[in-house]
Amino acid sequence: MYLNRFKSLLVVSLSLVAILFSTAVMANENPVVADTNHAVATAEAAVSHEAKKEGDFNVTETILEHIKDDHSWHLWGHTSIHLPVILYTSKGLEFFSSEKFVDEHHEPVVYHGNFDYKLIEGKTKIVDANGNIDAAASKQLWDFSITKNVASLFISVIILLLVLLSAANAYKRTGIKSAPKGVQSLMEPIVLFVRDEVAIPNIGAKKAGKYMPFLLTIFFLILTNNFLGLIPFFPGGANVSGNIAFTMTLAVCVFIVVNLNANKSYWEHIFWMPGMHWSMKLFLAPIELIGVFTKPISLMIRLFANITAGHILVLSLICLIFIFKTVFASAIAVPFAVFIGMIELLVAFLQAFIFTMLAAMYIGMATEEHHHESHEAAHH
Amino acid sequence: MLLEINPLVLPDIGLVFWNTIAFLVLLIVLGKFAWKPMLKAINERESGISEALLKADKMKAEITAMQNENEVLLAKAREERAIIIKEAKEASEKMVNEAKEKAKSEYDRILADAQMAIHQQKNAAITDVKNQVGALVIDVAEKVLRKELSNKAEQEAYIKQLADGVKLN
Repeated sequence: MYLNRFKSLLVVSLSLVAILFSTAVMANENPVVADTNHAVATAEAAVSHEAKKEGDFNVTETILEHIKDDHSWHLWGHTSIHLPVILYTSKGLEFFSSEKFVDEHHEPVVYHGNFDYKLIEGKTKIVDANGNIDAAASKQLWDFSITKNVASLFISVIILLLVLLSAANAYKRTGIKSAPKGVQSLMEPIVLFVRDEVAIPNIGAKKAGKYMPFLLTIFFLILTNNFLGLIPFFPGGANVSGNIAFTMTLAVCVFIVVNLNANKSYWEHIFWMPGMHWSMKLFLAPIELIGVFTKPISLMIRLFANITAGHILVLSLICLIFIFKTVFASAIAVPFAVFIGMIELLVAFLQAFIFTMLAAMYIGMATEEHHHESHEAAHH
Repeated sequence: MLLEINPLVLPDIGLVFWNTIAFLVLLIVLGKFAWKPMLKAINERESGISEALLKADKMKAEITAMQNENEVLLAKAREERAIIIKEAKEASEKMVNEAKEKAKSEYDRILADAQMAIHQQKNAAITDVKNQVGALVIDVAEKVLRKELSNKAEQEAYIKQLADGVKLN
């Protein structure tokens, strides 16, 4: 709530800054004071060069490029890691490097495998001889490539395994009598936080233990990917938790866990609300049934939108420098970007917490023991 | 498809697939080797701490009870000490008194004995003196009588004198 207000406030202040700055830039351009002809010549040359290079600068495209998944992982300058492409078509599995999708000038080219493949807007498509998309054939194409997001996900998995297994081993090594040390003391408060603030209040102390591994795994996976996404360079920089596929997978996992563990009274409350008139029951059933699906969908969209919005915000601020084509814009853009980055750190934790919190709440709702006598009495 | 309007909201099957695998691997591996030992250790520690706290409370209560008991014992001991001292005092006083009385009676007895002895010896002495005086008197009287009786006329005169002395009333 606070954050949303904050973001709208920022948008207003940013547009103000933009208006102010554009006039300032114009003012700067008007008096071209030059002492010598030589200086003027070099300045003009520089300006014309920049204009040529940055004239076709497209903010939307640049930002989307950073937000979207990619087959290669850009490191610096012209160096990037070409990730493997794994395709499944009617002719079977196919492996090749994503290097094959570009030529030496980084222009997209057609790769001739079992079919003719080409990257169209970052997605692998089957093209015909003329280079046009073969929509029918592309529908049969399953892209299991190790993309930037997948690679980043694997990195986060490795980090999680290393950190958490070493933390868990510390308990075996030092026993329970001594105070936690090092990475163990960093992890233990978070684990306790998930247990005491998320699992137990929502699920209940008795059943919470059963769902703790699930909730902890979700929490740490989202948290790690959120933090990795905030690092602007390798091994971060991928927008995993701001990717709808990632959030969808987790939301589906929550959906499965909630509905597999749901007890009889949960389903009864959905299809035949106790303590209601039969007409009301008929009226409520479809609404409650939709609710079963909207809960995980809201989880999916909340995480995706929050993280993507944060990335877009930071990238927009950085793009200000290129929009105004002056280095002085960075005086505004960089502090704001740092400020938003700080907020994003909070959001990274908050969103992991909210996702886990709501997952625990849904599990709690599905496994809650209802006391019908009191329930019905309350309704009448 | 509607979702294809914006590439951002179109989920890639590849990421879904790998993410599912990654999540399941994490869930299984971490669940078995990280969360389970961690939660177990935390629970054990917590139960250990609560047990220790309970124990400490119990100990505290025990110590308080012991202190009370000690105080009672101490008071009792003090009382007993006072009694013992009092008794000892009484006993000693009694002993002193007894000794005094005994000494006095002994003294009295010795005194009486001494007096008696003195008395007896005095009597004996007196008797002795009396006897000796008697003997002397008899001796002297005999000598006197022998001398007196050798003269008949004088004898008669003396008897007459004696007879005169006796008054018949």
